[in-house]
Amino acid sequence: MNAPLTVKPKNSGDCAPVLKAPVLKAPVLKERGQREVFCGLTGIIWLHRKMQDAFFLVVGSRTCAHLLQSAAGVMIFAEPRFATAIMEERDLAGLADANEELDRIADQLLERRPEIKSLFLVGSCPSEVIKLDLAKAAQRLGAKHAPQVRVLNYSGSGIETTFTQGEDACLASLVPVMPKADEHAAPNLLIVGSLPDIVEDQFMRILGELGIDNVASLPARAVADLPPLGPNTRYLLAQPFLGDTGQALDERGATRLSALFPFGVEGTTNWLKAAADAFGIDAAHVDAVLAPYQARAETALAHQREKLAGKSIFFMPDSQLEVPLARFLSRELGMVLTEVGTPYLHRNHLDQELTHLPANVQLSEGQNVDNQLDRVRATKPDLTVCGLGLANPLEAEGLSTKWAIELVFSPIHGFDQAGDLAELFARPLRRRDVLRV
Amino acid sequence: MQLAVWTYEGPPHVGAMRVATAMDGIHYLLHAPQGDTYADLLFTMIERRGKRPPVTYTTFQARDLGKDTSELFQDAAHDVISRFKPDAMLVGASCTAELIQDDPAGLIEKMGLPIPIVPLELPSYQRKESWGAAETFYQIVRTLVDKNITAEPQDGPNGKRRPLVNLLGPTALGFRHRDDVVEITRLLHSMGINVNVTAPLGANMADIQRLGAADFNIVLYPETGEMAADFLKRTFGQPKVTTVPIGVGATQDFVREVAELAGVDAAPMLAQGRSRMGWWSRSVDSNYLTGKRVFIFGDASHAVAAARVAHEEMGFKVVGLGCYNREYARDIRAAAKLYGVEPLITDDHLAVEKAIEDANPELVLGTQMERHIAKRFGLGCSVISAPVHVQDFPARYSPHMGFEGANVLFDEWVHPLVMGLEEHLLTMFRDDFEFHDGAGASHLGAHSGGEKTKSTALASTENDTAPITAPTPDVANENIGEHPLMWSDDASKELKKIPFFVRGKARRNTESYASEQGLETIELATLYEAKAHYAR
Repeated sequence: MNAPLTVKPKNSGDCAPVLKAPVLKAPVLKERGQREVFCGLTGIIWLHRKMQDAFFLVVGSRTCAHLLQSAAGVMIFAEPRFATAIMEERDLAGLADANEELDRIADQLLERRPEIKSLFLVGSCPSEVIKLDLAKAAQRLGAKHAPQVRVLNYSGSGIETTFTQGEDACLASLVPVMPKADEHAAPNLLIVGSLPDIVEDQFMRILGELGIDNVASLPARAVADLPPLGPNTRYLLAQPFLGDTGQALDERGATRLSALFPFGVEGTTNWLKAAADAFGIDAAHVDAVLAPYQARAETALAHQREKLAGKSIFFMPDSQLEVPLARFLSRELGMVLTEVGTPYLHRNHLDQELTHLPANVQLSEGQNVDNQLDRVRATKPDLTVCGLGLANPLEAEGLSTKWAIELVFSPIHGFDQAGDLAELFARPLRRRDVLRV
Repeated sequence: MQLAVWTYEGPPHVGAMRVATAMDGIHYLLHAPQGDTYADLLFTMIERRGKRPPVTYTTFQARDLGKDTSELFQDAAHDVISRFKPDAMLVGASCTAELIQDDPAGLIEKMGLPIPIVPLELPSYQRKESWGAAETFYQIVRTLVDKNITAEPQDGPNGKRRPLVNLLGPTALGFRHRDDVVEITRLLHSMGINVNVTAPLGANMADIQRLGAADFNIVLYPETGEMAADFLKRTFGQPKVTTVPIGVGATQDFVREVAELAGVDAAPMLAQGRSRMGWWSRSVDSNYLTGKRVFIFGDASHAVAAARVAHEEMGFKVVGLGCYNREYARDIRAAAKLYGVEPLITDDHLAVEKAIEDANPELVLGTQMERHIAKRFGLGCSVISAPVHVQDFPARYSPHMGFEGANVLFDEWVHPLVMGLEEHLLTMFRDDFEFHDGAGASHLGAHSGGEKTKSTALASTENDTAPITAPTPDVANENIGEHPLMWSDDASKELKKIPFFVRGKARRNTESYASEQGLETIELATLYEAKAHYAR
């Protein structure tokens, strides 16, 4: 019953992608209909943890506030660095009043939280629909509160952004305010996409060992410390959902290093090697530095491979992490891909990833949730990766699931998390096997 | 605009979802952008429902605006009919769709669909979740009820029939609704009364149609059921019972009221021993509960009911009482007068936090929000009201209503407190290495450390493992207020002899007494003067 194990090339970590161009047999299935996804506001929940001098003020409705608190699981151990300015009936009557109200709320907030150095005004569906100009509001408030507070804006609205696109919009709003590095500046490397601190530090350490020292992250842990950006800046995307941010960086002259995303041994190796190549690091040195990390990760993966090899997996669209994760699960753990759904397929940033997928995989973009659930039921995959609204209903139908959200909140990048990442997929299957109730 | 970090209630369309999800064969077509589907997880994760809520979201995007959002809506309506084949369909708009003014009600009318349609107008920028649920239930009843079905005469051809009642108000995602309904249904059965329909929870279209067959209505949850009950009263002349049967006394009142309307004998149901709670409260071990200071906050019905139980049946002192739903503020004001406290009507959790801090209670009875606040202050807390959390859907049978509910209340409220005998033991063994202050009370286990809750949590917010106020800090000189107060060595030593679980209060009382008296140094005597001053 098991599908044949995908044969993993020995020492796969060592081979740069030399595979042929994508030979996806099935055309990408594009669907429209009900989407069972979060909107971009949800990103605030991890972004506010990452950027510790920033406050996120959503300008929206009670629904926005309710979304944030439902997504955050109502954890009120402390006052978080996000809030919602809930629009009321009278704010809809006239935009002048809405602007005045927004200024009042921002003043009130900054007075209470004097430690805030950056304030993001975050647009929502209702603020977009009534055309409340938050860019202008940010300028106005920025001028008023300079230099103590920098005021930025982006939209996390559901009519424009899906889940992780909120982070994309947020980071793209930071690019124009990054300091300029001139054309004579020494080449620097930018890691783009928010990573858990522990993972970010691991990458910095390895890059240091490789001999690349001029490295910074976007977002930085403090918005006040944005790294410089110029024609000698090379950037590596750590997350696959940063289309607008990438474009903004390109427009400022930075160069994207094309690579797999750093999931699993193969992805992480390829990603680090892309940096090493760009910075002219000797290949033998790179191999020597990476070998112990690769070996360690391989050991961790071996434990999970037994459980996962030959098992089929179906991805519902959620975070745009689907394609790289599917590549990792198929090539390094021998899982069988059925449908890999993603909210958006960013072909440019996924150029390497797409060549690494098995040819028979069905990719889908967008969503019609009811049709897709029909396909899940017809396929009966061993594991379905889906959002929180779908997980228990599928479990109740006897289909094992993995909450997609956990993939966004857990440290899963890099060598030392490869085993943990595999474990996230193995756990639901293990649990299904141990339960006798 | 209103600045909100956390909210007690969601938007009104979430209230409508609670009604639709509670029912069978009713589908809700919601004109909404992507992202509003987050509300599904409230039901599938918090309540652990094994089915998706019967809600279809039209999922319009920016590029659809001004073009074909109404077409999108109509397509979605056809899809709902063909895929889900509902008996009836609710149609409405979320906050964003309300702004684009597509008029779902008008659009749907033009379509001439083959099933009954209930159009909902839920103004998102004025109203909130509970009201949304009440309005939705009312509109369902108003649209679907069959006015030709009315109560039959009590004496029929086959002899006297049992009295019939409707139980109104329980919804999906309701605080203990699942078990309350079972408990009250049992209680009514043993009084010789039958339930005609329970709605919205578990009801289908046919049930709604025959609401008129009942002799009277019981509104278990006024916040969600009263609007429909008032309509039924107007339409069928059915009287309504609004006594919320939480606690022994209120349950007995409820029994009397119901018995009178049904024309049955209340006496057997009022006999002693229906609930253990009375004896548990009168037994000597419960002496220590006397005068415990309790702060109560929740939806108005639950808060008012809890205040009565706390005051009359537990012997607590109510030091704060409030609700977040303005619609029922009048009930809170009346009750607050009864207990001599200022009513707190607010949906700002920071204001509630401040009030709790000022009231200096030993126990907080509140919602999940107050549970978090109490944890920060190191106070015991028991949850009595929505907003709910995954913990409020226990696997075991655990009603709050009726006589069994009163038993549950006793257990749940006493559990967070340090127990009677244990108080003495703690004093006696204060210096014992295994039984020291820092160890906390044994029955609280890990709770005394800083419980980490993970459930539907996508991520924790800051400091989730570090309570801001550690339970009763062991430092005498940690002064609050503008003028630093000095503690003399003697007073400081004496303070440490006070059991840790009341030490914080002793310190605060002494310091506020000293400030009032204009003292700069707290002497040994000041400590006891303050104690006498605050003696109750």
